[in-house]
Formats: sequence, C-alpha cells, structure tokens
Amino acid sequence: MIHFERFTLDNGLRILVHQDKSTAMVALDVLYDVGARDENPDKTGFAHLFEHLMFGGSINIPSYDEPLQLAGGENNAFTSNDITNYHCELPAENIETAFWLESDRMLSLAFSKKSLEVQRKVVCEEFKEHYINKPYGDVWNKLRTLAYTTHPYKWMTIGKELKHVEDASLQDVKDFFHKHYTPCNAILVVAGNIDTAQVKALAEKWFTPIPAGEKYIRNIPQEPKQTAPRFLEVKADVPLDALYKCWHIYPRMDERYYTADLISDILSGGGSSRLYQSLVKEKKLFSNIECYHLGSSDAGIMVIEGKLVKGTDIKLANAAIEEELNNLKENGITETELEKVKNKSESAMAFEDMSLVNRATSIAIYEVLGDANLINTELEKYHAVTVENIKQQSQIIFNENNCSTMYYLSNN
Amino acid sequence: MLNRAVAPPIKDAIDFTLQLKPCEQFTLNNGVPVYLINAGAQDVIQIEVVLYAGNWTEPGQGIAAATNYLLKNGTTNRTAFQINEDFEYYGAYCNRACYNETAVLSLHSLTRHLTKLLPVMKDMLCNATFPEEELEIYKQNSKQRLAVNLQKADFVANRKIDEYLYGKSHPYGTYSNSTDIDALNTGALHSFYSQHYINGACAIFVAGKLPEGLKELLNENFGYLSLHKPTFKVNEIKTIPAIEKKYRIQNDDKAVQGAIRIASEFPGRQHKDFKKIMLLNTLFGGFFGSRLMSNIREDKGYTYGIHSYIQNHTQQSAWVISTDAGKDVCEATISEVYKEMKKLREKLVDDEELLLVRNFMLGGILGDLSGPFQLIAKWKNIILNNHDEKYFYESLDAIRYTTADELMALANEYLQPEKFYELVVY
Repeated sequence: MIHFERFTLDNGLRILVHQDKSTAMVALDVLYDVGARDENPDKTGFAHLFEHLMFGGSINIPSYDEPLQLAGGENNAFTSNDITNYHCELPAENIETAFWLESDRMLSLAFSKKSLEVQRKVVCEEFKEHYINKPYGDVWNKLRTLAYTTHPYKWMTIGKELKHVEDASLQDVKDFFHKHYTPCNAILVVAGNIDTAQVKALAEKWFTPIPAGEKYIRNIPQEPKQTAPRFLEVKADVPLDALYKCWHIYPRMDERYYTADLISDILSGGGSSRLYQSLVKEKKLFSNIECYHLGSSDAGIMVIEGKLVKGTDIKLANAAIEEELNNLKENGITETELEKVKNKSESAMAFEDMSLVNRATSIAIYEVLGDANLINTELEKYHAVTVENIKQQSQIIFNENNCSTMYYLSNN
Repeated sequence: MLNRAVAPPIKDAIDFTLQLKPCEQFTLNNGVPVYLINAGAQDVIQIEVVLYAGNWTEPGQGIAAATNYLLKNGTTNRTAFQINEDFEYYGAYCNRACYNETAVLSLHSLTRHLTKLLPVMKDMLCNATFPEEELEIYKQNSKQRLAVNLQKADFVANRKIDEYLYGKSHPYGTYSNSTDIDALNTGALHSFYSQHYINGACAIFVAGKLPEGLKELLNENFGYLSLHKPTFKVNEIKTIPAIEKKYRIQNDDKAVQGAIRIASEFPGRQHKDFKKIMLLNTLFGGFFGSRLMSNIREDKGYTYGIHSYIQNHTQQSAWVISTDAGKDVCEATISEVYKEMKKLREKLVDDEELLLVRNFMLGGILGDLSGPFQLIAKWKNIILNNHDEKYFYESLDAIRYTTADELMALANEYLQPEKFYELVVY
C-alpha cells in the first residue's frame, strides 16, 4: 500500500505527498500534461526538444543543473507521446532547492537563443544515434505511419524528421511554454523523508505566486476504426529479415486494457510464453520474438516483432504467428496460465515500487490518468480478468482487419 | 517579496554523516559464505549466487558465457520450458550473467514464493544437462545477434578498444566471432560446468525484506552441494596492449555518426590513487555537469552524450572516454577532449566547482544507502574486491578532502594524451 496525501493550490497545481521515512532523500516529480500527441503535424518532435530547453536556464536562475548538483541532487526527464516528466532526487535537508528550481522554470524560462541553437543540435544527434545510425532504426517511424492514419501517435516522440527539429524557432518555444507549462496543466509529487505540512509551506511559498495560465483542452483527432488489413514491405541494409505486426487496442483507462495487457504477457512474457516456446524453440523460425504494447493514454497498439532465422520464408513465419493467434482465439487459455500472468503483474509492480523516484513518477502518472490511487487498486483490475475475457478480447484484437504487417527484408 | 534570484540555503553533502548499514554474514554447511541485507518496505527478495565461473578460466572462447546461459535450458529433472515455467508461474525472474572473473545466477521474487523457487535454482546448479539441441539454438541465435550488433558502430568500438588495451588473449580484451560460436560443443560445457559450478567457488548475496527461517532454507538448498568458499582472488593474466595508438575504422558507408573511444591503461582499484581518481573522473566526464558534457554537449552540441569512466574491473583497468558524435564533428570532438585534459593539467579547479562535484557524489551515495538492492550492491563490490568497510569510508574521505593541487597532480600523471588509444568507428 502506497500512502499519499493530495491538495491543490489556487492556481490549479495539483500536489501529492508520499512519505517514506526509511530514506534520507526526497524526490520531486513534476509532470506536465503534454506530449508528442499535442504537437502540430508540421512541427513534430517539439515536446521532446522543449524538454531539453527546460535545462537551459529559467527567468531568475541561469542554470538548473548546477545548484541542484551543489545541493547533492541529480535529475532526469523524459518525454513520451503522452506526457513530459521531470524528476530530481536530493538529500531531504536540501528540499527547498528543488522547490526553488522547479517553481522558477514553471514561472518562466529564460528563452535563451544559445540554448535553443545547441539543443537543436543535441537532439539531432540523439535522433541520429537512435533512429538513423543503427540497423532497424527507422522501424518505428514506418510502423507508426502504417498503424495510425489520423491520431498524432503516427509520429515518434523524437519527431517525424530531423528537419522539424532543425526548424524550431524561439517563437515556437515561447508559444509552447505559455500553452502547456502552466500550473493547471501540471502535477507535482513530493516523495521521501518529508511530511505534508512541510510540503504545503514550501509549495505556498514557491508555487502559489505563479499565475494559473489557461487550462489546455486537448482536442486531438482520434483514430478511426481500421477496416482492412494493411501491409508494407521494406528493404534495408540489415543482416536479417524481420517481421512486425500490430493491432489497435484500448486506451489506458479502458477496463479492457488490463485484458490486453495480460494477453501480451501470455504471448511473450518470458521463456515459457507461447510465442517463444513455439516459434523460437520448437519451430525455430525466429531467433527472437516479442509481444508488447506501448501503454499509451489514448488507444495504443499491441505489437509482435521478431527476427527470422536465416533462410526462413517470411510468409511461413507470418503464417506461424497467425496460427498461434488462432489457437488463442479458438481455444483460449487455462486458469493456470491466467494465474501465471497475474502473478507476474503483481511481482512487476512490487519491484517497480522499490525505488523512491519510480514511486514519485508512478503517482504522478496515475494522477494524470485520473487518480493516483490506481497505484494501489490496479492490481485488483488485473485480478478481475477472466479466461473468458482473454478469449473474447483475443478474437476482437487479433481480427485480421485490425492488423498491420510489415516485412522488413534484408538486402543481402 | 520572494527573491527568486537567491538560492535557498543548503547543507553541504560533505557535512553529512554517511553510514553504511552493516551486512550480516553466515556460512552454509559446505563453507559457502552468505551475505545478507534486511531492508525495504516491499515484500521482495533478491538472491545472487556468485560463482568464479567467468571467462577468466575458460579453456576456449565463449565457453563460460554459453555454460552460464544454458544453466536454464535443461536439468536431469526439468526441461528448459519447465524451468522457465517454474519461475514465471510465480512471477519471479531467474537471470544469469557472465562476467570476467565471476558468473551469476540470480533470483528476483516476491518473498512468499521463495520456498518454491530455491529448489529450482539448486537443480540448475548441480543437475544442468546442456542438451545438444539447446546448444544448437543458442549458437544459431547468438550468431544472428552478433551479425546485427556488428552493424552498430558503438558495439564494434567497444570490442576494439578493449582489444587494444588488453590484447585479444586477455579475458578483458577478448570477444567472440562467428567461428568461435560454431566451435562450442556440449563436451566443453559439461566439463566447465563440473569444474566451476558443481565443484565451484561460490558466495551468495541476499537482499530485501527477509523472511523467517531464511538461513535454514538457504542451507537446505545450497549448503549440501559440492560448492566451496572462494578465495576472492584469481591468477594474474598478462595484458598485451597494442603498440599503435590511433585507429579509424570504416564499418558502415552510410554512417552519420562516429563512435569515439579514447582510453588508456589505468591501475586497478587496488592502486593508491584510485579513490582520488574517482573524484577527478567525475569532474572530467563522470556526470551531467562534467567538463566534457558542459563543453562538448552543452556548449558545442556535437553529441547527445559524452562520458568518462574507469572500467569496473577487479584487476587492472582502463580510463575511457566514450561518445557518439556527428560524423563531421568527430575530429573536433577528439580535440576538445584533449583540450579538457590540458585544462585539468594546467589550471587548478576552483573551490566552487570542486564543492559541487563533492556534494553531487556524496548526495548520490546518500541516496544509495537506504534501498536493500543498492546496499547489497555496495557490499558485493567490497567483498568481491577483497576490501572491507574501511574501503567505503576511505572512498568518502577521498571525495571530501582531495585538494585541487592533488587533482592537478593526478591529471598530470594520468591525463596525458600520448597515453591514450584513440578510436573512431564510422
């Protein structure tokens, strides 16, 4: 059970406090409810570029990192298609440093030209490192474009192309900040060796003076139901043929999400999972195969991907996956198999909650999804899933008209 | 009126009292030492069985790693599928890893399932069968993975730099090619297993919220195997460093980045300078606010990240600078790295920067002193390197008290460009 208290400032900033007396540290997590899905289709990659700029100095403080490091702290941040999250951890005695730094950059950035110029380059190098200069690096760009026709999930968090990042202007940066980086679009979680009274006093001092700003109302085009199978064949300079298939699933807060999540574990949650046992070990068609989904806030996708054993006909490999899915659709699973994947969910959650920073971030993410207390109640939702749910949802999800398939073939 | 331009007062981390929670120890019937940390709020446990079964003593390339990997692929009592099923049914993770001196079999589980899982680990430690078919699958998939990795500049660079530093015949410098993988056979695995697992030197590290009766349970499962207590030492193997210092390798015609590695031999953690060097390294390239990051990423934008580190080896080691930079700025990046070395050799670090690095390092250590897994990792490091608690406190003092003059002297001794190998893989 993870305890927390919650209060809201007049400017709309939601604050949650999770006390843990066993540590000498505190973690601050600031989540801004903006991700790549909120970007303009002609200016993709911006939410992530912006995350970099949040370290380029704020209105009253030239550097974010230095004072934090001086106070014995460290920090990191990430951007997804749904949210942008900043977290830092420092000795509890120095907690006010974190309030000072986080509140100043919520108040306003310095909007430095130099920072924008440098970070555009840094992000371009990040783009190259992860998505260009690497075999299979462009897979996600292609797969998202194939699976999504309409929803902004059709581009990657890092952006659709390098050019969008290169073209970002200081005006874009300012507009984005004023639209999204306001107290009413943010959640602050303070976790560790502190109590709520201390947090209230510090929040009152540092965050209350920040103007509320306007609440951003998300209005993004939703993906229409897919009505026919999609197919893409790609040739590239890679050593092995690879196969990617994906299917639309449910939004994060939909009750059926939990069933879909467990289905992915049944198919590929480890060495005893169905796809690995059948296709890697018994039939020897793939050298590795995985099934997972992205846990997106809006309706996400379930993915099966694998690299083929050299010499295997990709059509045969594809048919073998279909056969496994048909088996699941027709025969369902046993109670024991269901118990196994439920146990796995429980264990995964317990290990995730070991780290203070993880707990702070999880509380923030659950809060933006609707209720931080999901961190405590979500396990029940997994337990409620039945073998009938699994069979029924397999039939719905793995419908051929809901499927996109990509053959990523080796040139040699 | 709130003055946001003024930083709130802080307590310097150098003034914190840092206490390493003691590690409990007991010995199994067969002499195998067990080290325990009881901490944490979650009902989880981590058990690491460390064996002296790394590639240090392997008679042929890749044997130690293959033996370690295939522990999970069949015993006289269980097929590979059953072993996986036994762990996964309880939501537990059984992993194995092979390093240079040691190899590890580890378990992460909810505490309440422990009684069901330890017998399976025991089975893997004394009854593994290494079936032909499993080895064939392992070979085929390893070769495929290798083919993909060899297209990655950073993978190739990591292999080559170790080869230059230690020589391909040294465990730290060696790596497998496709033909090495082909040459693996079950006979060699069986014999390595018998020597280094069944009759091996072993130490066990346990952390988490520990249940009643744990010691009896561990003894029941592992105390009657033919394992024995390790000496925590291995025989020395001579390194054969390359003569040539500078390399440029073209790996991919279409590369848009180069993987840069700049590295020099460096005495290991037993050396008198080691603890102080950890401070100098952090300042140089060991954290986000380091000289290398501030200059090459945050000022020039040549790279997404640049880091320096001392390789985590038990014996001799190396000081490495590692980054992936845009293809057209690789040479400029290298020259900036040397400029930063020069600055450290010629100019004293100022008080403010030095205090920041000290505080940053100590703050990080403070954060690692409460979680059970972090605590056991610290203890494991101490024990496997044949140190004691004193080593931990001396490391803290080195962070607190090493002076700017000492750092400059160390930079003059170690950060000399002519000592460094230099490699770019495009």
